[in-house]
Amino acid sequence: MTSEMHRHIHETLGDARLQEAVYTATGRLKESRIAAVAPDVLPDYQELRTQAHALKKHAIENLDAYLDEFERNLEAHGGKAVYCQDAAEVADFILGLARERGARLIVKSKSMLTEEIDLNERLEKHGLESVETDLGEYILQLAHERPYHLVAPALHKTRYDVAEIFSARLGVPHEVVIEKQTATARAVLREKFLAADIGISGANFLVADSGAVVLVENEGNARLTTSAPRIHIAIAGIEKIIPRAQDLATFLKLLARSATGQWLSVYTSFLSGPRRAGEIDGPEEFYVVLVDNGRTRLLEDPDKRQSLYCIRCGACLNACPVYRKIGGYSFPWVYSGPIGSILTPQFMGPSHAPGLPFASSLCGACAEVCPVKIDLPKALLELRSEVKIADRREGRGRWEKLGFRLFAWLMRHPRLYEMAGRMASLFAPPARGGWIRSVPGLMNFPPLKAWIDERDLPPPPPRSFREMWRRR
Amino acid sequence: MAMAEVLERLGYELDFPEKQTCCGQPAFNSGYRDEARAVARHFLDTFEGGDPIVIPSGSCASMVAHHFAELFAQEPETLERVHALEKRVWEFSAFLTEVARVEDVGARLEDIVTFHDGCHSLREMGIRDGPRRLLARVQGLELRELEPAQECCGFGGTFAVKFGELSGAMARSKVDAILRTGARTVVSLDPSCLMQIRGALSRRGSSIRTMHLAEVLASR
Repeated sequence: MTSEMHRHIHETLGDARLQEAVYTATGRLKESRIAAVAPDVLPDYQELRTQAHALKKHAIENLDAYLDEFERNLEAHGGKAVYCQDAAEVADFILGLARERGARLIVKSKSMLTEEIDLNERLEKHGLESVETDLGEYILQLAHERPYHLVAPALHKTRYDVAEIFSARLGVPHEVVIEKQTATARAVLREKFLAADIGISGANFLVADSGAVVLVENEGNARLTTSAPRIHIAIAGIEKIIPRAQDLATFLKLLARSATGQWLSVYTSFLSGPRRAGEIDGPEEFYVVLVDNGRTRLLEDPDKRQSLYCIRCGACLNACPVYRKIGGYSFPWVYSGPIGSILTPQFMGPSHAPGLPFASSLCGACAEVCPVKIDLPKALLELRSEVKIADRREGRGRWEKLGFRLFAWLMRHPRLYEMAGRMASLFAPPARGGWIRSVPGLMNFPPLKAWIDERDLPPPPPRSFREMWRRR
Repeated sequence: MAMAEVLERLGYELDFPEKQTCCGQPAFNSGYRDEARAVARHFLDTFEGGDPIVIPSGSCASMVAHHFAELFAQEPETLERVHALEKRVWEFSAFLTEVARVEDVGARLEDIVTFHDGCHSLREMGIRDGPRRLLARVQGLELRELEPAQECCGFGGTFAVKFGELSGAMARSKVDAILRTGARTVVSLDPSCLMQIRGALSRRGSSIRTMHLAEVLASR
């Protein structure tokens, strides 16, 4: 896997157009966020973060009670809660319902959870048509790609890319003006909305005390998805629960600002149940599918369960100097960036992508911007330790382990440590013009090679600090 | 040596316990907690006592001040010693501004410099204004800020060699930012950031030099 990741990184770093696209787009989001949480516009930003963290902590630690409360209130409004263990159970539920109701066409608004469980593929395999209606997601569905970024899924696509995709897949003339591209997508999608039998949405929050699903979006497609078809299915991870409607005052202030720098997103919808008697719109049936898919396993661990606080704002991606260089597809799963480096090994186990937690300089920029104060660097460090324990169990990385044992031993023997320093200056590769610029073939193996391939190395000093200190 | 010079100039008496080696961060950050714990224990034994410990690296200081406690969370007695140690550990610039409470150390350096915030100094130790105030009082020195500021140089310990190509790309972005300032010298609190930046500058063929803050403050 590590080599697979290195291959993606190599390709992304070598693609100048992609580098520019990702750097510019994340840069814009990053700057907008900074402006939106600046002390003069949001003086209580830090208090809000502390509050959001405490609310999430409380909700996650009392998840069973709040899920019960949510279900009771949802059903009082005529909605129905459906619990699913994993991807197969979600697909089975939807397929079964579609079969009973004779449904063929599904419209979908953006949902990372459905990406996590490959829902579209599973539904299409059984003859259902499932159409993404978020513009970015729609572009990617046509291109057969997965989201590149949590909130801006097609962030890596320029309008020229979109022109190619639309003309190839929709048979429309090559068009690079963004407004006209949007109009094309809108024309296609409007027909889908009107003809769809089922609308599938995600959920930003599930409010326990009111049994409501809260959705935030900018395009209005989630509103249509949840109101035009006769059946609405909201699919959410169980961690989306918050206790009270009033807690939204905290979360909504943080979510859009952290994600895009907007004070609020364009549309915020509160959905609690199907159309009631006397109402003129809304679905006839309303389901909330509550998905575990590995989440309860994290609940057992007080450190790991912090990653369930995530509200998927994507701020950590935009702040991350690594994500901004290597982009979304260098990450092995649907979640990318710092939060992806944590969720992936936590969900899949430390041996699935053992290199991933190490793909970080631990600079901490992610934790600084996280609106719910997840300690991402700490989680990465813990995962690194887990990977090494798994390596040992499975007989991987013996040389590295030996290296660090030697290191630890040397560091407890100051005299030998000093001697090792002298040896290093004796056997160091020759310097030219005060720098080591290349290494002889014999020493040209990973650690030294990896350094020298990219930058010069200062030669070891002729005299150590200790020697100078003694001579003073 | 530069750090010793500055501290002695301020009237401090210095001791260099020869038993000292490393804080263990390379092992800790690479996932080898047992090995890191062994080195950290050696550090604890070496620096027994009550005197402040001044470290010319924000990253090493942060390892001691923030991560030793994680390593010994299961050993209450050692943890107590760790907490006592945490209060005595100072990154060099923080020691000057918060303990010695000086800003002007009588340094003089005719130069245009830019300052690189080491990530651990900045985000784990909360050090931002202190070194800038110290630099502002160096005679003849002009400070120009980096844009973007506060971005990682890409060193990251073993990350620099495990993801060499990526680390190199991050270093090149840092070099670009340095070149844009027109500074002739890059100053930082962390030797490891400086090694990364210096190596990338040299590979670019640039004559811009790097200096530890202590070297700047020792100049006169």
